[in-house]
Amino acid sequence: MTTRMMGEPVRRVEDRRLLTGNGRYLDDLGADAVEVAVLRSPHAHARILDIDVTGALEVEGLLAIYTYDDLTGPLADPLPLLIPHPALTHGRTQYPLARDEVNYVGEAVAFVVAENRYLAEDAAERIVVSYQVLPPVVGIDAARAAVQLVHDDVPGNVAAHLVQEVGDAAAAIAAAPHRLELDLTVERSASTPLEGRGVLARWDGDAQRLRIWTSTQTSTGVRAAVAVKLGLDLGSVEVITPDVGGGFGVKIVHPWPEEVLVPMAARALGRPVKWTEDRREHFISAAHERGQQQHVEVGFDDDGRLLGLSVRFWHDHGAYIPYGLIVPIITSTQLLGPYKPGAYRVEFESLYTNTVIVTPYRGAGRPQGVYAMERTMDAIASYLGLDRAEVRERNFIRPDEMPYDHGLIFQDGRPLIYDSGDFPASLAKLKALVGWDDWPAYQAAARAEGRRVGIGLACYVEGTGVGPYEGGHVQVETTGKVKVATGLTSQGQGHQTAFAQIVADELGVPMSDIEVVTGDTRRFPYAVGTFASRAAVMSGSAIALAARAARTKILKVAADALEAEPGDLEITDGMVRVKGSPGTEISLGTVAVLSNPLRYAFDEASKAATQFAVGHPDSAPVAEDDEPGIEGRDYYSPIGSTFANGMHAVIVETDPDTAEITILRYCVVHDCGTLINPMIVEGQVHGGVAQGVGGALYERMAYDEAGQLLNASFMDFLMPYVSEVPRSIEIDHLETPSPLNPLGIKGAGEAGVIPSAAVFAAAISDAEGFAITAMPISPSELFELRAARAAATEPAQADSTGTADAARSQQKGDRS
Amino acid sequence: MSEDSTAGHRIVLTVNGIEHRVAVPARRLLSDCLRHDLGLTGTHVGCEHGVCGACTVLVGGVPMRSCLLLAVSVDGERITTVEGLAGPQGELSPVQQAFADCHGLQCGFCTPGFLTTITAGLAENPDPTPEQARELIGGNLCRCTGYQNIVAAVLRAAELTREAQQPEDAGEAAS
Repeated sequence: MTTRMMGEPVRRVEDRRLLTGNGRYLDDLGADAVEVAVLRSPHAHARILDIDVTGALEVEGLLAIYTYDDLTGPLADPLPLLIPHPALTHGRTQYPLARDEVNYVGEAVAFVVAENRYLAEDAAERIVVSYQVLPPVVGIDAARAAVQLVHDDVPGNVAAHLVQEVGDAAAAIAAAPHRLELDLTVERSASTPLEGRGVLARWDGDAQRLRIWTSTQTSTGVRAAVAVKLGLDLGSVEVITPDVGGGFGVKIVHPWPEEVLVPMAARALGRPVKWTEDRREHFISAAHERGQQQHVEVGFDDDGRLLGLSVRFWHDHGAYIPYGLIVPIITSTQLLGPYKPGAYRVEFESLYTNTVIVTPYRGAGRPQGVYAMERTMDAIASYLGLDRAEVRERNFIRPDEMPYDHGLIFQDGRPLIYDSGDFPASLAKLKALVGWDDWPAYQAAARAEGRRVGIGLACYVEGTGVGPYEGGHVQVETTGKVKVATGLTSQGQGHQTAFAQIVADELGVPMSDIEVVTGDTRRFPYAVGTFASRAAVMSGSAIALAARAARTKILKVAADALEAEPGDLEITDGMVRVKGSPGTEISLGTVAVLSNPLRYAFDEASKAATQFAVGHPDSAPVAEDDEPGIEGRDYYSPIGSTFANGMHAVIVETDPDTAEITILRYCVVHDCGTLINPMIVEGQVHGGVAQGVGGALYERMAYDEAGQLLNASFMDFLMPYVSEVPRSIEIDHLETPSPLNPLGIKGAGEAGVIPSAAVFAAAISDAEGFAITAMPISPSELFELRAARAAATEPAQADSTGTADAARSQQKGDRS
Repeated sequence: MSEDSTAGHRIVLTVNGIEHRVAVPARRLLSDCLRHDLGLTGTHVGCEHGVCGACTVLVGGVPMRSCLLLAVSVDGERITTVEGLAGPQGELSPVQQAFADCHGLQCGFCTPGFLTTITAGLAENPDPTPEQARELIGGNLCRCTGYQNIVAAVLRAAELTREAQQPEDAGEAAS
């Protein structure tokens, strides 16, 4: 009997090659390739007056220098605006190489190809660019003030203004017994995978074909974009995603300038060309996320139930907006979390600044939305003197209200309808895990010892598995091996393992006989990409459906051979057997041979399928509705997203003197539906929590007023080491299967990071006795907040009543 | 005008027990020499300023950041890279096996630097406490795992080494 693989902590099949140095990441490929260095703008906002390459021409080994004037045809147009939206009235994207003007430090100006990277950099530094420096727009305040404009033809620096409203929020808030207003900010962070971007291209002049390897989250997206930009038929372009050293969102953007310029140069030069991004380039020319200002108005009753919620926020999307409004739309919709908001109105402006573009980073706008909502929940609890968990519980959507329609439009253009979830059960699990009810006693005892400890709680709902679709292909070879392909890409999520687990169960074959390929357009040309925690839901479901199609074919062919009914057969360990008839069996390899009628035998086994061995003279060898071979191909295209959810709690201690923030415990309750591989899911949660810790306590993009990113290195951008992450991340799972897909799964990739800013702000507020409203927060900022608060309350005695009092003084409370 | 083709320095590196004679410009980083001159691409470059630790190799058994070393500066040295950690038949070393057992890697890009660092660390301290395990990996960045399972893998590797009762592991072989 084959052991069931779904739900088991199966060891990863990827690991052996990655552990022995046999992974193949982008820069490991193309040993024969010539290399690229990109000359980038040193100014945040400037006009290009002249580019003089004379000095570079004498560098030995130089092959080519390209500037904007060398670009022709579609390459001379701006890069695509990937996700148009009716509200995106002033969408601007950059040219592959700057034309006349640069709009952020790091924007590509010249593209230098030489025999190797050292020589390409030698040449790049000899190019002289004359700039007329313009005043830059840095930060949301400057963007809103709009004294300076990023783009002359975009008034107010506003790319988009979007309002969604359900009910009359203003009226509901005005009529509510209690009202609060909060002003909140979140700063920028970034995906920061350990491997940066990179592209390798080979032009085959004989076949007139282009092959590209790129460290991307969407090989099909890159393929389509490059084909258009280079004027090639789609069929003449192949894109292969090799091993990718992390993505976390940044690599879903495409095409990067280098993704069209490298193939362009490869075709022009007739040599393989490679660009490998360095760390500084990644900081200043890839993408960031998170930066928002938020204003919340809420009305609620005596029990803390929401009656009306109105949120305005300002989203900094950087110099260009290639990825459209996805991040702010997600903030504006996923802000609601597990709660019923009463009447809800949300309005945002997406603003240009002279900084690196903003595109989804793990969580993709959700951390900011959850932060706004959870800060609001804490403010309500504080104001009313109620338990924070109790206030949340009272506002939950109940399990019997599923599916729950919020009446809003989600990021996929479809209604925001939660498919499943049991929020009260999740909260009960979290309270038990962290010991919520014992907290007041613990905190009181700690305070008696002079210690400052605080607990925070934050809940989220995450739309995962957005469309439009993914596909899967499953083929049984005559060796009995099963080859599986799906078009989306992998960046460390263990897809080769998880998808093989699904196929192992569907087909009854051992894991060792299954090989999974992702992100190779030669193997599967239709796909969307890996983002929004969608790979397991989308490709997992498609592969399951494809495997079921293959299974049907297997049983049909085997039934003919065994002279049995398909329904009487079972497949275990790669053998098709008649149930209850030991010995009556046929291997999958033989079934594959028999499925393909042959004229020519190529080995001993294949003789069984030749025309003098099989077939009936009165029927066609391949029936009209059939195909040769054992293959299944299917697609999964859901009506809407599936919604995972979770709740986190953290306990922190803040040093009374230094304001250092220490994590004492971190607890997670997580519901991503049916688990394929709990080991992998927990790993995803661990990684997300660590990124969340970074985003809450350490990471920020330190731009100065000139638009220079001052911390564009791992030396200065404080990505967590092991010393910064919790010693233990305590996890409990709830599995409420999604009704939307054949496996009941919901996505898990982003979950760990989503509530971090909210939960840390809550815990630090609890420890300090005043509300934290700007994240991330460093010890020095906390120190300053304490000092400012002490000064404000002088000469009165320092606050001893905790956050309730703090909320009244820090937020414009209105008890009418 | 470039020194790349004209100023090759002849050096000898013994990498994973195999002697290599290469001619490199003075400015060639050891990381680039290993990856591009010798084709040993298992050593990864994550930052090129010595902070992330992905490029860590063992030079004379001691972990060093190959992105901060010039190849000419280690002329004559014995170097162990991730490709040299497994046994002669390809059997995973205790540290490699522990990473597989504990799910200590996701994308795998930072992993070679952790493996070399831990291999050397366990050679020095074969029985680390959890606190010592955290200290051992305290200079390497990982963006995927949140380090939880890497700490577990350090402890598991120590256990596997003890179980195997093999004093001469990959870290020793390099020294």
